[in-house]
Amino acid sequence: MLSFVVTALFSGAVYLLLTAGSGSILRFWSSQELLIAAIVAVVVGFAARGYFTRARQSAVLNPVRWLRAIGYALGPFFLEMAKANIDVACRVITGRIRPGIVRVKSGMKTDFGTLMLANSITLTPGTLTVGIDEETNDLYVHMINVSAGIESRESLEASELFGLFDCPARIRRIAE
Amino acid sequence: MILNILIWTAIGIGLFFNTLGVVGILRFPDVYTRLHADTKATTFGSIFTSLAVILYAAAHYFKTQDGQYATLALHAIIAVVVLAITNATAAHAIARAAHRRGHKPVQAVCDRLEEHNQP
Repeated sequence: MLSFVVTALFSGAVYLLLTAGSGSILRFWSSQELLIAAIVAVVVGFAARGYFTRARQSAVLNPVRWLRAIGYALGPFFLEMAKANIDVACRVITGRIRPGIVRVKSGMKTDFGTLMLANSITLTPGTLTVGIDEETNDLYVHMINVSAGIESRESLEASELFGLFDCPARIRRIAE
Repeated sequence: MILNILIWTAIGIGLFFNTLGVVGILRFPDVYTRLHADTKATTFGSIFTSLAVILYAAAHYFKTQDGQYATLALHAIIAVVVLAITNATAAHAIARAAHRRGHKPVQAVCDRLEEHNQP
């Protein structure tokens, strides 16, 4: 039941976001769109409840964590992405690359935390998650520039991939 | 006036990084390094072009109170969020598929995943 409610509320909210500006009820919506939103929410909630809430992590429902996630995406993560983008842009122009696949200890205990870390690593230019060790949640990361000395080490800590902030610690506060 | 400068700056940065993404695809040696250039540079570029759309729409919404500009801004924001999530997932899927298919990273100094699969 809870999984149905969560899925229905989420799909209804997304539908309302997509149709905002259609009328004047509550300033943004027309009555037809509100009706369709309710129907869409019930149908999608019924059809997708098993997939959407499969992880069964109630911590993700906490609004404080949503605010932390938004703050993380707009603040530290965006700055990391900007810095790494400029770095990769230079490498595109100069062609100076030293690629390799390294093993990274994620330190995450839940699937959702591992997903967020893997996506953060992939979206940060210069690093790309290629594989994952399902048992230990360790990641295999393709780096466009492996610094000298790293290639001989067995594994890296996840925070070593981010230069400015301790992103894995922040993800842990959001997802676990 | 200041708003126009901001919008043009955002479009300029976006086009610059999108162009570098294309150059990267042509220059880099194998699928993994091309994914770096393509997906990442493109995300950053597309975020900035979308930011220009959001700025434009928000400014017109506060000026005219017309609902269509609110729709435009919201759709651009949703596009950025969806782009960020699907980009990472798709890049990971392509890289994983390429590695399982047996494509070795060119010029690689180390390949821990290969050692993990064949101990």
